[in-house]
Amino acid sequence: MYSEKVMDHFSNPRNVGEIENASGVGEVGNAKCGDIMKMFLKIEEGVIVDVKFKTFGCGAAVATSSMATEMIKGKTVEEALLLTNKAVVEALDGLPPAKIHCSVLAEEAVKSAVADYYKKNGIEKEIPGCTGDCAACHLHDH
Amino acid sequence: MEKRFVYADNAATTAPLPEAIAEMMPYLTEKWGNPSSIHGKGEEAKAALVAYREKIAGLLGCEAGELLFTSCGTEADNHAIRGAAYANARNGKHIITTKVEHPAVLNTCRALEKEGFRVTYLEVDEEGRVSPEKVDAAICEDTVLVSVMYANNEIGTVMPIREIADVCRKRGVLCMTDAVQAVGSVPISLHELGVDLLTASGHKIGAPKGIGLLYIKKGTRIKNLIEGGGQERGRRGGTENLPYIAAFAKALEIAYERLDDNGRIAKMRDRLIDELTKIPRSRLNGSRTERLPGNVNISFECIEGESILLLMDMAGICCSTGSACSSNSLDPSHVLLAIGLPHEVAHGSVRLTLSHGNTEEDVDYIIEKLTGIVARLRAMSPLWNE
Repeated sequence: MYSEKVMDHFSNPRNVGEIENASGVGEVGNAKCGDIMKMFLKIEEGVIVDVKFKTFGCGAAVATSSMATEMIKGKTVEEALLLTNKAVVEALDGLPPAKIHCSVLAEEAVKSAVADYYKKNGIEKEIPGCTGDCAACHLHDH
Repeated sequence: MEKRFVYADNAATTAPLPEAIAEMMPYLTEKWGNPSSIHGKGEEAKAALVAYREKIAGLLGCEAGELLFTSCGTEADNHAIRGAAYANARNGKHIITTKVEHPAVLNTCRALEKEGFRVTYLEVDEEGRVSPEKVDAAICEDTVLVSVMYANNEIGTVMPIREIADVCRKRGVLCMTDAVQAVGSVPISLHELGVDLLTASGHKIGAPKGIGLLYIKKGTRIKNLIEGGGQERGRRGGTENLPYIAAFAKALEIAYERLDDNGRIAKMRDRLIDELTKIPRSRLNGSRTERLPGNVNISFECIEGESILLLMDMAGICCSTGSACSSNSLDPSHVLLAIGLPHEVAHGSVRLTLSHGNTEEDVDYIIEKLTGIVARLRAMSPLWNE
């Protein structure tokens, strides 16, 4: 069902945990649907120096979270915002069609964490692909 | 603990019994005739078919003429429900079933709704049972069929079928039960049970996949599902699958011989339930007492079932889950929702189904591994607070 890469990231997820006093925290998904991703960023001088995640969800949810954190670690915030769900899927050697939404959540988790960082620091920059009105922003409405 | 292979998904399918496979082989290699042929080769097959049908009828407590063989349990369910609905449509078009039926029943009922039948899907209690009184109260003037499963495939709850059959008889309504999970696990004697229609499947009791059966009580009128060359006394077309019928008969015979062993299986089940529900924020789904001997179904809060399954599989344990991630829909198991579980708790459910091949060592291994897996997944869950 899953590629070797997905199974590797699922069984040995990278960057699991939390960051105290994180520069930005994003949480997307909802428990009712069975997936929640929470991402913590530590940003110094515009660079993501550390990233951690916690995920409630299926194998693909864990693997996409893990891969996304690897892909943005050490990158600038702007570079991290360019991360697409498609790139995450490709890096994992593909996902079953029913699991593509997990990669979308991973992309949204990164954007949501950056949005939090921007908000905390009074930075008024646009987040590509973010309308400020996706499910992530309404998470607590559920 | 040393790594083991533990098969604990016997409600999905069972390992074919070597005795059942041995029983079917002659009908693949030598006695391969068509039971409908009138030459010697056909007669040979016909005689075997008659003998196996009688053997199964003897075990199930009915007459040979009341049994017909199908390709699987799902076909038998379709045949029973559609056949009964069509044959009695002029008396009424109302069918009663429950919210926890197998999709073979639920989706057949939904299809009939599109054809103008009215279906009542009864609520179940928190253990997954429907009471005979509830069935009685739902019967209307135009009700023609009540279909309630004998035992639930997900949570193992055993329904009060004999009492429900009594209600149906008194009210003049046909009673059908999907007994795919029950036959071989609980003693069933059809004429005592009192249902009009019952379905079963071979691969749940150690026969290969590809054989089911439908019991039609003498005098019950139902329409055919598959028309053909007059096999099964004109009730189901298609050359009889003699090798698989032979295997089914042998598997059923062994299942009845082993009914005594179900006490041992139930003990293992209870130990699993006792130990696994010691894990904080876990709950048993289904009934503690009215339960199939091999079924364990437990929810663990704050984690998701597919992840549990993948880690269990890596540890060598086969089991299943009611999480949406194991299906193609976003909703978790309709059975777990019907017994009142919130979506997020239903996502974290695990079903372990034991059979004769399982041992106490398997139980020890499952407890150790599953306890560790739950802790591991909770450690990475944003919902979990110690």
